[in-house]
Amino acid sequence: MVATRQLEVKDSAARSAQAMEELRDVQGEKMILNMGPSHPATHGVLRLVLELDGEIITKADPEIGYLHRGDEKIAENMTYNQFTPYTDRLDYLAPLANNVAYSLAVEKLLGIHDKLPERCQYIRVICCELARISAHLLGLGAFAMDVGALTVFLHTFTEREKIYNLIEALTGARFTTTYTRIGGLSRDLPEGWTDELAKFTKEVSAAIGETDKLLTRNKIFVDRTKDVGVISREEAIDFGLTGPNLRGSNVEYDLRKAHPYLVYDQLNFDVPYGEVGDCYDRYLVRMEEMRQSVRLLDQCLAKLPGGPVCVDDGKVVLPDKQKVLSSMEELIHQFMLVTHGQDAPTGEVYFGAENPKGELGFYIMSKGGGVPYRLKIRAPSFANLSILSHTLPGHMISDVVAVLGSLDFVMGECDR
Amino acid sequence: MMPSQPAQGRRLSPETRMTAKLLARELKRQFREIVSGPEGFRGELTVEVSDALRIAEVSRFAKSELGFDYLVDITTIDNDNETPRWTAVYHLYSYKHLCHLRLKTSVSEESSELPTVSGVWRTANWHEREAYDMMGIKFNGHPDLRRILMWEGYPFFPLRKDFPLAGKPSEMPDLAFTDVAPLEGGPFVTVAGDNDPTAREPRVRNPEE
Amino acid sequence: MSSTEIGYNSKIEGDVIHTRLDAAVSWFRKNSLWPMPMGLACCAIELMAAGASRFDISRFGAEVMRFSPRQSDLMIVAGTVTYKMALAVKRIYDQMPEPKWVIAMGACASTGGMYRSYAVLQGIDRLLPVDVYISGCPPRPEALLEGFMRLQNKITNEPHINDAKPARAREAFVA
Repeated sequence: MVATRQLEVKDSAARSAQAMEELRDVQGEKMILNMGPSHPATHGVLRLVLELDGEIITKADPEIGYLHRGDEKIAENMTYNQFTPYTDRLDYLAPLANNVAYSLAVEKLLGIHDKLPERCQYIRVICCELARISAHLLGLGAFAMDVGALTVFLHTFTEREKIYNLIEALTGARFTTTYTRIGGLSRDLPEGWTDELAKFTKEVSAAIGETDKLLTRNKIFVDRTKDVGVISREEAIDFGLTGPNLRGSNVEYDLRKAHPYLVYDQLNFDVPYGEVGDCYDRYLVRMEEMRQSVRLLDQCLAKLPGGPVCVDDGKVVLPDKQKVLSSMEELIHQFMLVTHGQDAPTGEVYFGAENPKGELGFYIMSKGGGVPYRLKIRAPSFANLSILSHTLPGHMISDVVAVLGSLDFVMGECDR
Repeated sequence: MMPSQPAQGRRLSPETRMTAKLLARELKRQFREIVSGPEGFRGELTVEVSDALRIAEVSRFAKSELGFDYLVDITTIDNDNETPRWTAVYHLYSYKHLCHLRLKTSVSEESSELPTVSGVWRTANWHEREAYDMMGIKFNGHPDLRRILMWEGYPFFPLRKDFPLAGKPSEMPDLAFTDVAPLEGGPFVTVAGDNDPTAREPRVRNPEE
Repeated sequence: MSSTEIGYNSKIEGDVIHTRLDAAVSWFRKNSLWPMPMGLACCAIELMAAGASRFDISRFGAEVMRFSPRQSDLMIVAGTVTYKMALAVKRIYDQMPEPKWVIAMGACASTGGMYRSYAVLQGIDRLLPVDVYISGCPPRPEALLEGFMRLQNKITNEPHINDAKPARAREAFVA
């Protein structure tokens, strides 16, 4: 006779809660497991010291600083333009967005942020949105790879290669672009670039659709990410989460809508947000953000005006090389800008931009001159990671990988 | 998951939303003796809190009564030869009123201590650890004040103005070591401040000079 | 010692070739270098791109990017090595079994790059013996593949059987 039994299959959160109940009277020894700093799933050099009770995590202590390079101290010894390459390497998945955020912060200090030409602003928006698509593609690809779906990684990387082609034609480097300058851009769009970009937006829409089909209703992916890593709305705000992590936790806030910078107030786009705040919601938010970025790119391409790409101010932007070699005034401007930098007023500004990872903010305190007295980089990944010691306890070890992937942080930015 | 439809009751209607100026005035009304300002620059408001030991109280009021529920950043500045030596800058943001406010307070070098605000905003936990790591300012009442970016046992505080960019040698056996980076004397750069063009000329500067 | 390049046509020579043992061993080793990617910073992204479909490092036999040092023979240090991370890299290098090689990918791993500061180790060659330096910030995946091929040439010209030296004794300067 075959006896049958009713089995109740719960989701991972309920399972771990039930396991903790059952194990409460079994006094086992806790084990300390060290994950990282060299680990394939930690997305960079992050060290997690986990205290485990069997498979369940009772304490999690993230240790960062393995990529601390001293950017803020370096900034006190560089002129504003000289620091731009260091901003590329903060969130190295979306360097163009970091460049734009930094330039906007310095331009706010100099008081010229509302004098940027239209064309410059549109091109900067195009750069930001391209960077957003690029960063989300890699974030989702790495997340899916860690959770087990290797194919998605290869598909998203193929799309990223197309983005790299575009960026290389525009700036000269695949990433680490250093494209913006204080007061404008280093160069204008090359010929035929807008047509390439239009072709790309169609191809990437198809790729996003493909990734969607592979993952969104995939039972394994949904089981691994639904109700895992739940971050409530209050926790998200209290721990300073920003970006898709915040929006996944039911807070509809996007810096591009709340405090529009560049030309975002003239463009139409929606801001997706999740309801529960689990890994699945954060994944869905990122997917939808990519589609909205494609929409923004199409609008920018349609509306892109002509004109100069730099502010017409000799004290801020390097003058034309021909004139430098022939005219005195331009020669002096060139000399002063290269040696002393832009002459900033005394004061302090904070500017936060909606980067793919969250709110990247620059706090610049200037005492005059071309070198900042104090430059603080408010990195979104720094705040995003601080929630790990709060969220991970109660989960199983295999959920750690899903939570880390869904938070989508970059150590270059976190450690600076 | 819906696209961007605001849920009921989450966003305040424009009449109840206050501006940063009104909120700063509320703050000043509550803490008349210690709060001065607000100063405006490039559309941002800064409020100076003269008594650093009451910054936690001011923060708690700002969060619970005024609605500044998001602490964006804590920055510390080394004022070098001025007294007081340290300035702590708190960037606050309110999701209800959609505005920023900056709180500044100063600490002298002798005390180098501030009360913690990690009880008010949990994100301050890591920001204060970083401030301790980089500047050496201690936060009273912090649940876990240890270094975050450098390692335990590193003897220096790197962002202080008297610490050279090239670093100083140190040794923690089995953990980490440091060496002096080859800067050939120092970075070749101009200085902040100083309008005198001779002083501003880019050249090698050592902190000992 | 000299090695012979193995090139033969199976229709003419059949399925058996004659060569020096040294040359055969170097052929096996260079065509199945399993990297241990020590991906620390931005260069890790170019390393991942080299492993992806466009630049396909698996053509060279190196697609098995094992994150376990015990199963790899090539360590690619990609990214800035900070002082905090330095001893961890050394510990992982020590766990790799002989024969092992190191590629310093990028400016930061070679010499510290543009980060001349208090927290950055000025080049991983201060701790490990490096065989190939690849310059670039970050180097293109093609540059990584070129460095990889140079390493393969180096392996071809090294003695494997008779005068095999451990990695520590190969021209390494440990400062």
